Amino acid sequence: MVFLSYLISGISLGSVYAMIALGYTMVYGIAKMLNFAHGDVIMVGGYVSLIAMTSWGLPVWAAVVVAMVACTVLGVVIEGLAYRPLRSAPSLAVLITAIGVSYFLQNSAQLIFSPNPKSYPVIINGSLSLFGGKLTISYISLVTFLVCVIIMIALTLFTSRSKMGKAMRAVSEDKGAAQLMGINVNRTISMTFAIGSALAAVAGVFLCSSYTTLMPTTGSMPGIKAFTAAVFGGIGSIPGAFLGGLLLGIIEAMAKAYISTNISNAIVFAVLIVVLLVRPAGLLGKYVPEKV
Amino acid sequence: MSKLKSIKKTTLVDFATYIGVIIAFIIVNTLKNDGALTRSFTGQLIPICCYVVMAISLNLTVGVLGELSLGHAGFMSVGAFSGIIAAMSLQTVIPSPVLRLIIAIIVGAFFAAIAGVIIGIPVLRLRGDYLAIVTLAFGEIIKEVINCLIVGVDSNGLHVIFNAFGSKSVSDLNLLEGGVMIIKGAQGATGVKAISTFTVGFILIMITLVIVLNLIRSRSGRAIMALRDNRIAAESVGINITKYKLMAFVISSALAGAAGALYGLNFSSLMSSKFNFNTSILILVYVVLGGLGNIWGSIISAVILTILPEALRGFEDYRMLIYAIVLILVMLATNSPQIKNLVEKIIPRRKKGEEADEEAA
Amino acid sequence: MKKPLDAKSVWAPSNAFIPERDLDKTPILEARHLGIDFGGLTAVDDFNLTIGKTEIAGLIGPNGAGKTTVFNLLTKVYQPTRGTILLDGVDTHGMSTVQVNKLGIARTFQNIRLFNSLTVEENVKIGMHNSITYSSIEGILRMPRYWKYEKIAHERAMELLSIFNMEGMANAQAGSLPYGAQRRLEIVRALASNPSLLLLDEPAAGMNPSETAELMENIRHIRDLFHIAIILIEHDMNLVMGVCEGICVLNFGKVIAKGNPEQIQANPAVIEAYLGKKKEA
Repeated sequence: MVFLSYLISGISLGSVYAMIALGYTMVYGIAKMLNFAHGDVIMVGGYVSLIAMTSWGLPVWAAVVVAMVACTVLGVVIEGLAYRPLRSAPSLAVLITAIGVSYFLQNSAQLIFSPNPKSYPVIINGSLSLFGGKLTISYISLVTFLVCVIIMIALTLFTSRSKMGKAMRAVSEDKGAAQLMGINVNRTISMTFAIGSALAAVAGVFLCSSYTTLMPTTGSMPGIKAFTAAVFGGIGSIPGAFLGGLLLGIIEAMAKAYISTNISNAIVFAVLIVVLLVRPAGLLGKYVPEKV
Repeated sequence: MSKLKSIKKTTLVDFATYIGVIIAFIIVNTLKNDGALTRSFTGQLIPICCYVVMAISLNLTVGVLGELSLGHAGFMSVGAFSGIIAAMSLQTVIPSPVLRLIIAIIVGAFFAAIAGVIIGIPVLRLRGDYLAIVTLAFGEIIKEVINCLIVGVDSNGLHVIFNAFGSKSVSDLNLLEGGVMIIKGAQGATGVKAISTFTVGFILIMITLVIVLNLIRSRSGRAIMALRDNRIAAESVGINITKYKLMAFVISSALAGAAGALYGLNFSSLMSSKFNFNTSILILVYVVLGGLGNIWGSIISAVILTILPEALRGFEDYRMLIYAIVLILVMLATNSPQIKNLVEKIIPRRKKGEEADEEAA
Repeated sequence: MKKPLDAKSVWAPSNAFIPERDLDKTPILEARHLGIDFGGLTAVDDFNLTIGKTEIAGLIGPNGAGKTTVFNLLTKVYQPTRGTILLDGVDTHGMSTVQVNKLGIARTFQNIRLFNSLTVEENVKIGMHNSITYSSIEGILRMPRYWKYEKIAHERAMELLSIFNMEGMANAQAGSLPYGAQRRLEIVRALASNPSLLLLDEPAAGMNPSETAELMENIRHIRDLFHIAIILIEHDMNLVMGVCEGICVLNFGKVIAKGNPEQIQANPAVIEAYLGKKKEA
């Protein structure tokens, strides 16, 4: 029973990682760049939703929508201003720019909202009691998991069925060829950033709600871990990001519960290294050898 | 004249790099001794030396070997704490602080090299971004592992506890009378005698330069660059990929460890969280801004970017924001084709092919 | 009762054409029943070839016939599924690309693979990685051996570059060279590794007729100078027929003909592979 409750908290945490990882994996898969500013978009989503809820008095769902809109705009603007001019530049240059954007967002937030942590409301109260009260599952955990599953399924359908989704996969295979087939590469990449950032906003709300605090650096560590999760599951793969996020959350929760909170991150990362050594392209990733 | 021309361009660049560092050291050292430098700047001198060594060594991995590492600070951390342990254990045996510092640097380099081998052998089989994520993971692992260390020394020798469960404390070391605590878990190392000097820092930079530059211009360095440029072709002419990847990676780690020991012994206390992901990224920024594979570029960007936030102190809250904007703008200016074209229209440059033709003539 | 073994299937030295001067010597290369499958697909099957010590041989065939795959098998980019490769009598079973190169096979690539950011001279010196050696420590500390061997390497690099009159380009960046020069540099780099068998994958691709004619001369010159065997994959029939002493024709991963240029030109199977089946009138 204790094990089950740890498992549930792991799944809940993992669902948040998975949501962030889905954004990471979309952007990586299509734009072939590590967007290190992704974690900070989550933080922005957190602040926007907090303002919407506390200052404007909007209900939770409306706050989420406002945060999604704000982050979508932010994501598209970042992509247009900072990443688009570097489309043909070496990947390291884009990586450093992304880091610059990350610093920019964090420090802007520090100036606007002060570096002190703000308390974040729990968006859904109450819990489900099972086995005569031996096991309680908070509604927020359930909702987090469900939302994550819905997003994962929706994204899978979107990329495999819709015209835009197919365009995205084409761009991810070969930008040049996609352009020759009449696909607007820039618009497709913008769209990817828009979707990834909207997901980051949703993830931000759930993340802050489970931490119950929010500060300008809130997004960094979950951002890194979600990136790890995306690699874990096979970067570029949507089900992989989902699986990776969940597993990462569960491993972290178990390590905290049964081994030690001091080295839980070390254990998570050690598992990642072992997985990559056994499967160099992640759990669900494809390994493509170089042609001679 | 013809003799001067026969000296290769790379040799001249290397020579200029050595001379530049020596001149910079002489000027700064004179100013420092005359008391012409501000206190805050003097305090920055040794960290600058450390960051320069870090940048050069990371350039060996990222620029010369061509593998992205996001955990370079991890090796610095290994070097810093092993160096501190060495220096503090030898406090009574070796009274000379300079000699102790040198031993600490060697110990730091040695343990960082071992860490480099341990992480390198399995990891270098991976490619590209996967290698990057594993180095990132390694940096985080090192941070937490050191957080769990409790180390002390007494007349019986070194006492080490690995406090994974958070149940142990300093008193569990059972130090004898006169024993010294070195690392206290999450509090890090405290009560360290700061023995680092600017001169030793300068010498470390020079040694690093000799190692890295001479390596690049030698058979092994060429092999490393060959496998960066084209792995399959390198194999086809008989270059052992794993050997040379590991060589570059381990030399890079060892130098980072040496820099770490110098850094750690510059402060009276040090926490392992100092060497986090952000520090690794900071060093990567030096390398990329200075130019991949460009050693003197790494030196200059490490110096400027360490001084810049200090110089922006007047702007207080805005300084990191300005730093971020400068970073983005510099990357856009140096890498965006549109902006490059614009610059080339204003300042017409000779193309590489023409230069080659002229040399041929 | 045991079926009598077919002599041909055990090992038939199905030579392309071994020139007279090589007849009493061990062949430099013997490939026996070589084959590889990718998944269920058989890319090369039952490939037999014997190459004399100083022979120039051609490997031709339509696109997708498996020519480059044969090179990849010989250089162990792929490990063969079946068969044996003997290099100067030594079985290369289980060896890596690096080991095979040390044993004496060097190659060029169909899609040029140079060390683009390095200079021409550095590219050639990298080719000498295993023939002119000193340790890393000697290199870093610039000990006497470093100076001695760097000097030898430089001189030898210039000598090799002079085969193609490329000494003047020694300090140019390899990636900035014109196409033809890049192909020639690949050959020089391969020669620098001191091979006894040189594999050239479409050396004349992208060259104009006068460059190709020059290349033909150079290929002969290289053979005479170094006394090595050369196998080349090429689509330019003037080059193949002009320089090769023996030719092996591949189609759909199988050898369909072997012989000297005259025999190949007259072979109906070859004509069919290239031009399609003649319609019965």
